[in-house]
Parts: sequence; C-alpha cells; structure tokens
Amino acid sequence: MTFINYASREINCKIVYYGPGLCGKTTNIQWIHEQANPEKRGKLVSLATETDRTLFFDFLPLDMGTVKGFKVRFHLYTVPGQVFYDASRKLILRGCDGVIFVADSQKPRMEANIESIANLATNLKDNGFDIRTIPYVLQLNKRDMPSAAPVDEMERLLRFRNEPMLEAVANQGTGVIETLKACARQILMELQKG
Amino acid sequence: MAKLDLVMFEEEFKQLQDIIGRLQKDASAKVVFLVDKNGQQIASAGDVHSIDATSLASLTAGNVAATDGLAKLIGEKEFSLLFHEGEKDNLHISIVGKRGILVVIFDQSSSLALVRLRVKKTSRELLEIFERVETRAQSESSNTTKFESPFSEITDEDIDKLFGD
Repeated sequence: MTFINYASREINCKIVYYGPGLCGKTTNIQWIHEQANPEKRGKLVSLATETDRTLFFDFLPLDMGTVKGFKVRFHLYTVPGQVFYDASRKLILRGCDGVIFVADSQKPRMEANIESIANLATNLKDNGFDIRTIPYVLQLNKRDMPSAAPVDEMERLLRFRNEPMLEAVANQGTGVIETLKACARQILMELQKG
Repeated sequence: MAKLDLVMFEEEFKQLQDIIGRLQKDASAKVVFLVDKNGQQIASAGDVHSIDATSLASLTAGNVAATDGLAKLIGEKEFSLLFHEGEKDNLHISIVGKRGILVVIFDQSSSLALVRLRVKKTSRELLEIFERVETRAQSESSNTTKFESPFSEITDEDIDKLFGD
C-alpha cells in the first residue's frame, strides 16, 4: 500500500525481501546500506538473534530522489527465513508494495526455495494480495557457489509468471541494485496505472 | 493494486498535524507521532529532531503487528494500548481506527493518566479524519471521474533517473 502524501509531496513504498533461511536477504540490504549515499539512506535496523539470524525483520529506509516533483522513498524489509518464524513473516508482508524473492542457488536448497515461494503465496493471500499480480522479482543468489544449480533449471522450478529474474552474488554486490531496480520499476508503473 | 493506497491531501494533513500538535501540548508530552500500521510516519509534533522518526515508525508498526498476533492467539481482537515504561522516558502506543497508531513519548513532567485522557479525546478526532480519507479513497476507486494522478505519465526514464542511470 503506497503512501502518497500530497502535503509533503512524498511517496513511500514498502519492498519486502523474502526467501528461505540463509539465502541472503539481509546481505542484500546490508550491501545497499553500505553502497548508498549516507545522506540518502536511513539507519539499518536489524532485529536479529545473538548469532545474527534475523529474528523479526531488518529495515532500511532509502531516499531515492524525485519523480514528478514527489520525493520517492523506499522502505526495505527482510523477513526471517527460518521456517518456524512464519507468524512474523506474515506480519511483515502487511501493506507491502512489492516482493523480491531471494532464491539460494545451491542445489541442496532447491526444495527450501520451492517451499518458501509456496509459503509466500499463502502469506500474501492472507494479507489480501495475489502472488500472480503483485510487483515481484526473482533473484537467483549465490551464483558463485560451486554447488549452484544451472540457471535454466532454477527458472523451470521457481519462475512462474514471467517475472524479472536476476542472477546475483549479494555478498559481492553483484545484481543487488539491479534486483531492487526491477522491483521499483514495477511498483512505480503500478502508480502510473493509478 | 490489491489494496487502496493511502492518499493524504494538504487539508487533511494540516488537520492531523494540528490535532497532534494540540495533543503534544495538552498531554505535556515530549514528542507525538502518528504512524501508519504499515510503518510509515504520517505526522509528528514536539522535539522530533531528537529521535530517528523513520526507525521509530517502522519499529512501532512491527511492535503493534506482533502484539496483534499475540492478541489473536489468545482470542482477543486486538490490544488497543501498549505502554513501555523507561527510567526517564515512557512510550504510550495506541491504535486509532483500522490503520493509525498514535505514539506519545513523555517523561516525568507528565503522567500516564493525563496522557491516557488526552489520547482518548485525540483518537476520536483522528478517527473522523481517517474515515473521511477512507471514504474518499473508496468513492474514487469506484468513480471513473477520479482526480488525475500526477504519476499517470511516469516514464522508464524517470525510474532510471532515480537509480542515477
């Protein structure tokens, strides 16, 4: 749910990074945080366990500049990937404008990826969204791992609506900004439709 | 889009701002924030520069969402009020209607009783405005002659510019 404030001329959009445990959701937004102009980024808030696993969410506000005289601000959230945090994942999807699914390219994680997409569909539905229509991007992360599955195999298993699909190595920043941009583009184009 | 966007016009924004400003004075609070349940800040009053308002809004919404989840687990519709007591400052969080959260930060120059009393009155006023915004959004979504969005002519180039390309 985009928040458009005509008084302060601001648009706020919420983007959620989703995916199985340890797929690199937090790494994506940490990279964005490190790369972003300090004047344009807010504080990175991480609600994590002592072992740095996401407990509730990570949050990063980003000022992107202006479109049609309106300041565009993205609020990036990650969900906790571990299966038993499902209640928290559902809460974080509330009011989101777009979803980035971060898939772990390692072959042994393929089932976890498939399960996580199914879980995303359910949780979106419970929040009144449809996974087939919401702005959505598929990121194939960890492409540098020796056990990475071929791209065409991942596409066959995980891509279901002709969504933008990007290869990434989030800990080196490869594909991170491109993924965010692909999602932002869809969200802003939704605004165009009104 | 799956849900109606929250569109706030100048007039409503000013009214919200006035109401929040009044609450901050009447409750002798340090800061008052009005936040959307999705974590976006709507309005604020008081010494706002002393606080990272964006993080506050997001964490408050997360807190309320988690508490909502807890309420449902035990069969309650919601917990409409949260209170966090600190050594110096206290945080009073209350739900306004379906989508608003009112956050009042106060110290010993005020009291929980006074804050609760003032918040109650303010909530009623805020609710009226929220309802108006919602009614308008609904009538616009079903009306073909809705106002022209400034984003109807957004281009790929505009989006590239945002990313510095």
